[in-house]
Amino acid sequence: MPLLDVKNLKTHFHTRAGIVRAVDGVSFSVAPGEMLGIVGESGSGKSVANLSLLGLVPMPPGKIESGTAQFDGVDLLHCTNAQRRTIRGKKISMVFQDPMTALNPYLRIGDQIMEPLLIHENMSKADARARAVAMLKRVGIHDAERRLREYPHRFSGGMRQRVMIAMALITHPQLLIADEPTTALDVTVQAQILELLKTMQAELGMAVILITHDLGVIAESCDRVLVMYAGRIVESATVDDLFREPKHPYTRALLASIPATQEKGAQLYTIQGAPPDLTATMEGCPFAPRCEHAQPQCKIGPIPLAEIAPGHATACKRILAGEIT
Amino acid sequence: MSALLDVQSLRVHFPIVEGPVFNRRKSIVRAVDGVDLYIAPGETLGLVGESGCGKSTVARSIVQLVKPTSGAIRFNGQDLASISRTQLRTLRPSIQMVFQDPYASLNPRMTVFDAIAEPMIAHGLIKLSEASERVASLMARVGLAARWMRKYPHEFSGGQRQRIAIARALALRPKLIIADEPVSALDVSVQAQILNLIAELCREEKLALLLISHDLSVVKHLSDRIAVMYLGKIVELGRAEDIYHRPQHPYTRALINAVPIPDPTRKRDRAAVLLQGDPPSPIDPPQGCPFHPRCPHMQERCKQVVPPLEPHGENRVVACIRAEELQ
Repeated sequence: MPLLDVKNLKTHFHTRAGIVRAVDGVSFSVAPGEMLGIVGESGSGKSVANLSLLGLVPMPPGKIESGTAQFDGVDLLHCTNAQRRTIRGKKISMVFQDPMTALNPYLRIGDQIMEPLLIHENMSKADARARAVAMLKRVGIHDAERRLREYPHRFSGGMRQRVMIAMALITHPQLLIADEPTTALDVTVQAQILELLKTMQAELGMAVILITHDLGVIAESCDRVLVMYAGRIVESATVDDLFREPKHPYTRALLASIPATQEKGAQLYTIQGAPPDLTATMEGCPFAPRCEHAQPQCKIGPIPLAEIAPGHATACKRILAGEIT
Repeated sequence: MSALLDVQSLRVHFPIVEGPVFNRRKSIVRAVDGVDLYIAPGETLGLVGESGCGKSTVARSIVQLVKPTSGAIRFNGQDLASISRTQLRTLRPSIQMVFQDPYASLNPRMTVFDAIAEPMIAHGLIKLSEASERVASLMARVGLAARWMRKYPHEFSGGQRQRIAIARALALRPKLIIADEPVSALDVSVQAQILNLIAELCREEKLALLLISHDLSVVKHLSDRIAVMYLGKIVELGRAEDIYHRPQHPYTRALINAVPIPDPTRKRDRAAVLLQGDPPSPIDPPQGCPFHPRCPHMQERCKQVVPPLEPHGENRVVACIRAEELQ
């Protein structure tokens, strides 16, 4: 049984410029203990989908138009705020992209790490402090007793991200959502943080949703991966299958356009044009206007995600019909 | 072979003053601390390093946006520090810059035409009446439709804005382009378009390029040679393939190893080569080799001597006293 089961999630933003369909019919599930990667370019809806689950989308202008998200017997999209508060920060935690702004600059990091325990577990301050010290040591911060009393500005970017991870994991959540956790960091520090996430995942046996734009990060860390484009999932597969046999033309184009996979100096494959305007209603496949295999039938929708091999699903009509391989 | 750009023992130090009035402490940020490099005409040199290593300061001092503390920068044999302002002004068109953030580097109140035409008019290359023809051809050169000439930057996407910035840099027919993280603000699918454009322009216009990036895969893709910087110093410099496939400095090795590879079959045992800690502060750099506190091969003598940049094999210099034995 999946830990989290999201069905047909639609999150739209009602703005002056029109309705922005940021997430437009997304279904996926997360198994206990797995690391699920969500990859996509900016504006693909990968962050908004996850913020919707935790009730963190500003409403208005945002609105969850449809969908269910079953987690631990509760529908996250239709529960009361009181129910949501018992889950958020306790059973589901989140790590954000920018550790420079995600921590409160006015509070000592000790107070920030202890806060979830004081709220969710009714712990005494002394016990909470002991847990915080132990957690800081586990995420690799030396001299934890002293550093607990310091303010965020005394920490480097990598260290702050460790603090964020300690704060997220201190309640031993069943699911951690990490939204671009290493994008703001240097590569050598990024490698440390990814390694730390993997170790902590194994130690605590939690599931992780790792949101990133970097296919390299996906390849190194995740078990399974979803590829998002224009608010929809266009491909879902295990990491090995996705990189060995990408099915959807968008996934293929994305893989062919990164310099790391190409011969030095070779002309990089480019996807023509730009991602679609999400305020326009889209019939059919959102990638069709940029796809070199597109045919008139691709512009007639809807095109659901369907399995092409066990555990490997794609939302491309022509691939599913076997017209292109 | 005469170098187009020749930088010798460049040092850029920034003094900082902090603390309350009666207890002022003065310290010095050694942003660039003794950098030597040259670029031949038409050559692409990649400069990689992590944030704070001084790579952007090198770029900014070459175009004289910051004044070097010491050292010489020669362009076509002329020392930029000793020539007069008028002479400098005649040289400026030859070195042009493309910045990282196309949202910040274009004036929001200038149309594309204004942005591209301004440098040509300021340097007296063309008259206003001829400008629109020249701007149109430059826009076509970078893949933009000339009919968008009267639009403002906010009407364009990030990739298109970077194309405008490139057209503006090309306007003065430069010999050297300095591109400081030209694609790091862009999405992956757009990055490829801009990288292809830069490669094509350099090839066809015989431009020399100083490409600055934190992303080794981008730098490797375009560069003839690569210089790796750490804490204000170059620690390794050599041909791109050699640096990427046979790195010799422990820092270069760690840097290459830290870059995630989009291929799950090539997962490596990361923990074995994972660097500890963060890059140190350039305010108070460590004694001896700047990399020794994080280096897995550190020995006692690494703490005492600053390793000189010495030749190791063909066309390669490495600043590590143990480079020979570690091979």
